[in-house]
Amino acid sequence: MSTRQRLVVVGHGMVGHRFVQAAVERGLTDTHDIVVVGEEPRPAYDRVALTSYFAASGPEELSLLPEGSYGHPAVELRLATEVTALDPQARTITLGDGAMAAGAVGGGEVLAYDQLVLATGAAPFVPPVPGRELDGCFVYRTIEDLDAIRAASAHATAGVVIGGGLLGLEAANALVQLGLETHVVEMAPRLMPVQLDDAGGRTLVSHIAKLGVQVHTGVATEAITGDGSVSGLALRGGDGIDAQVVVFSAGIRPRDALAREAGLDLAERGGVLVDEQCRTSDARIWAIGECAAPGGRMYGLVAPGYDMAEVVVDALLGGAGAFTGADMSTKLKLLGVDVASFGDAFATTEGSLELVYSDAVAGVYKKLVVSDDGTRLLGGILVGDAAAYGVLRPMVSSGIALPENPEELILPGSRGGGAGSGAAALPDEAQICSCNNVSKGEILAAVDESGEHRCEDVAGVKACTGAGTTCGSCVGSVKAIIEDHFARTGKEVSRALCEHFALSRQELFDVVSVHGYRTFDAIVDAHGSGRGCDICKPAIASILASQLGTHVLAPENATLQDTNDAYLANIQKNGTYSVVPRIPGGEITPEKLIVIGEVARDFDLYTKITGGQRIDLFGARLEQLPAIWGRLVEAGFESGHAYGKSLRTVKSCVGSTWCRYGVQDSVGMAIALELRYRGLRSPHKLKGGVSGCARECAEARAKDFGVIATEKGWNLYVGGNGGATPAHAQLLAGDLDDERLVRYLDRFLMYYIRTADRLQRTAPWIDSLEGGLDRVREVVVDDALGLGSELEAEMSRHVAGYFDEWRATIEDPAKLARFVSFVNAPGTPDPNISFDVERDQIKPRNQASHPVVEPVSLGSSIGVGAPA
Amino acid sequence: MSITWTPVCHLSQIARESGVAAWVHGEAVAVFRDHTDAVYALSNIDPKTGASVLSRGIVGTRRRVEGDVGFVASPLLKQPYRLSDGVCLDDETLKVATYEVRVVGGSIEVGARRD
Ligand code: SRM
Ligand SMILES: Cc1cc2nc3c(=O)[nH]c(=O)nc-3n(C[C@H](O)[C@H](O)[C@H](O)COP(=O)(O)OP(=O)(O)OC[C@H]3O[C@@H](n4cnc5c(N)ncnc54)[C@H](O)[C@@H]3O)c2cc1C
Ligand code: SF4
Ligand code: FES
Repeated sequence: MSTRQRLVVVGHGMVGHRFVQAAVERGLTDTHDIVVVGEEPRPAYDRVALTSYFAASGPEELSLLPEGSYGHPAVELRLATEVTALDPQARTITLGDGAMAAGAVGGGEVLAYDQLVLATGAAPFVPPVPGRELDGCFVYRTIEDLDAIRAASAHATAGVVIGGGLLGLEAANALVQLGLETHVVEMAPRLMPVQLDDAGGRTLVSHIAKLGVQVHTGVATEAITGDGSVSGLALRGGDGIDAQVVVFSAGIRPRDALAREAGLDLAERGGVLVDEQCRTSDARIWAIGECAAPGGRMYGLVAPGYDMAEVVVDALLGGAGAFTGADMSTKLKLLGVDVASFGDAFATTEGSLELVYSDAVAGVYKKLVVSDDGTRLLGGILVGDAAAYGVLRPMVSSGIALPENPEELILPGSRGGGAGSGAAALPDEAQICSCNNVSKGEILAAVDESGEHRCEDVAGVKACTGAGTTCGSCVGSVKAIIEDHFARTGKEVSRALCEHFALSRQELFDVVSVHGYRTFDAIVDAHGSGRGCDICKPAIASILASQLGTHVLAPENATLQDTNDAYLANIQKNGTYSVVPRIPGGEITPEKLIVIGEVARDFDLYTKITGGQRIDLFGARLEQLPAIWGRLVEAGFESGHAYGKSLRTVKSCVGSTWCRYGVQDSVGMAIALELRYRGLRSPHKLKGGVSGCARECAEARAKDFGVIATEKGWNLYVGGNGGATPAHAQLLAGDLDDERLVRYLDRFLMYYIRTADRLQRTAPWIDSLEGGLDRVREVVVDDALGLGSELEAEMSRHVAGYFDEWRATIEDPAKLARFVSFVNAPGTPDPNISFDVERDQIKPRNQASHPVVEPVSLGSSIGVGAPA
Repeated sequence: MSITWTPVCHLSQIARESGVAAWVHGEAVAVFRDHTDAVYALSNIDPKTGASVLSRGIVGTRRRVEGDVGFVASPLLKQPYRLSDGVCLDDETLKVATYEVRVVGGSIEVGARRD
């Protein structure tokens, strides 16, 4: 007889999923079989990020369980199945089997449980307005809801969101993005009435209006009008609004029907009443997430739900964990609008004082609520500039003393505020990431040099602790804590480029562009020390190249170039070079293929197909390079960059021209992009890919920029790479036409070139930005910084200024002088280079152990000793 | 031992803070010019890899207790070798052979191997 218990989870949403994860991680599955029953057709997904579904390539992108199962023998997942009844006496639930429902009589299968966890979430509240059943009325909660809204928007011109709260504004922004004239109707006299005071709400209106949303506050909806489907909204005491789409976002109600019918205790205002361990009035039934009301209060945020999930796993393992309330801080995720509200935002604490800073012109409103003695921060509201949120919120939750002049925390930098005490001043137990409950202490442990993780940067800490991986609002603080830690332990992760420059690459980039420097000497004299090294010289060469567009071997900069740039080819272990003719998009004519073969044969070069859809020719001596380039140029090639921190290849699949699945000409696009961005000097190498359909044969999402064809255009993904730490590119924008695709790519690449660190590829660069991919989207797609045209202009300058640097070299005798074996014996090939033969081709002979020509002094024979 | 001096090139043929390879007494020699126009001659063979490449390395300085010292970074694996004596600044067991070198009337001449 089995002693294993059966635990049934009702609802596979965010919290139900977290519960199962925690149960597996903490070993509850050693004693329990878990059955999860979810009503939605797919496994749990990131509802918090629901709005990003409009830009996603499909539902999988939001999935919290992309594999579709937990891959654990004790966990069974049953989707598309509703639980229709609960019988606490019999300890059973009844399943309404969706697929069989039509034929099933008296309901579906009955399932017994030993323990039951309710994680049924909440449902949008639809106020009883006449006309709410008309076609064209929607709620905003599930992927199906969004599919329906998108479909309806295709033949609509205007939409209205009823409800001006956090979710309503998010929905309104989505309608704008779907191309609708958008209105928000809010009954309360201001937007976000739960989180903001009047002044904050007023300031927010100006920002929301800039997004293209018309705001109607203090207005009640009388009816939704229309015949069969929506045609407009009738407002009490005002003009109506014409619209074909209506989205209700007037709050949520816990889904407590099962519990109610089973006779479990409910909270006064709805929700399954539970104690501190999240146990309901029946000892074997638990409730977590938005359906639960611990101590009578429900929480409409994901973080408290996650805490509840952990508490119940703990309780079932015999632990004493308790849920005692949660931080209800919120930060609006609307692109480009900074709004945050935290702690006691309305100053309800007795004797509390308010400090307010407001600048109507800039659209900034900030309020701090402090204790009567001015020593503790109780809460606050930030509109228009929420940069301080990361520092302020933990101050509330950890209760640390306020600095002497608390107003400095909200004054803009120029008015005495700014860096202030910062996250560095917080105690270890301060919670920094509320989504994932990560404390400052845990972040410090992750970067501790003697600890087990030894993370070195934000990306590492994110991966290790989970901090910053959900809403992203804490990333700035995480970064500050890490930097402060390294500064204090004296670890050299200072952003200094090297001993010669105390500046980071980004700072140097700005310095060079502001002063218009053209030479290394000018830069090192003004901002550095010494005479540079193999780190700062190539970095500055790259910065100068992106700003000046001169030849890499121009006399003033030739000596700065890294090994490969210095000779326009890739050095190999024996001092010879490889030449990789550019084959844009991987497309090549038979004639050109033959030329490559002939060149390889005539110069006796080792030939190999690369991983980047090109052909690499190895073993060229320095003095042979110009002749090889000459042959290539003559045949209409240019040599290509397999060197340099620059664009490598834009890989393509065959696409719609030949492939029966292709929907766009991926080869044509890859060629166009490779030709556009070739020669672009960047912080690290750049690779691209273009696939002709979603089958993704070009592996575009493994590239720094990946373009995947859709029926309507192109999806643009950014931040992918292979290599040691592979990363999949993430969707930046969808369904772009050619022109917008190129515009966004121009901006993206230039933004990266301007701001990334030396040797930082796009994926870690995006991770390092405060706001991550959303930040990139703000700058590139929404043009929130107004930088768009400047970045595009820089790219146009690059494109216009591009020239074939190999051809320019063979045409310039001064540059050609570098390409000799010996300055005093240009006709003598270096005898130190020799080859063996393997599989019918040359390979370098190992110099260190094989003397080749005598008398040549060999490395291994050089005496070891003190400096002479 | 009598020194034979081999003229290899004119000072102006080496850009400041860079090097050239020369063929001297049957050996490949890297000749460098620093920012003060001082010249140095080292074996062109990178002791770490055995490849004849040092003349193609980046020339710079490192701050040391004794002051800024000039070095060349191997173009292959980046080890920094001091220009004055060929010793690797990161690993004193590695050393490149050096040669006598002088400038006569603008012409650079390489002499005997030092060790
Ligand atoms: C030739 C080639 C291997 C081959 O025979 O196929 C190659 C060869 C080199 N790779 Fe690579 N990589 C080659 C494709 C790749 C690929 C595959 C691809 O591009 O689809 C990858 C993984 C994709 C990626 O980069 O995200 C790849 C990831 C790397 C990395 C790791 C990058 C990273 O972010 O982790 C390095 C090291 C680096 O760049 O710092 C590297 C560095 C190098 C260097 C430059 C190492 C060096 O400094 O000598 C090699 C010089 C090439 C030469 O001498 O001509 N190579 N390398 C491929 C040239 C493709 C081309 O036509 O340009
Ligand atoms: C657009 C949007 C933006 C949001 N933004 C944020 C934010 O920025 N920050 C934040 O903290 N929170 C945010 N939220 C709220 C957050 O999504 C919820 O707090 C969270 O999803 C709650 O998780 P849950 O598991 O309790 O409920 P859900 O995720 O709703 O999961 C409940 C699941 O149970 C299923 N279910 C219900 N009844 C049954 C039944 N009888 N049988 C079987 N299955 C059933 C439902 O179909 C659902 O799949 C947002 C929500 C939305 C809609
Ligand atoms: S990605 Fe699509 S279009 Fe391109 S080759 Fe593959 S299946 Fe064909
Ligand atoms: S607070 Fe949301 S990810 Fe850290």
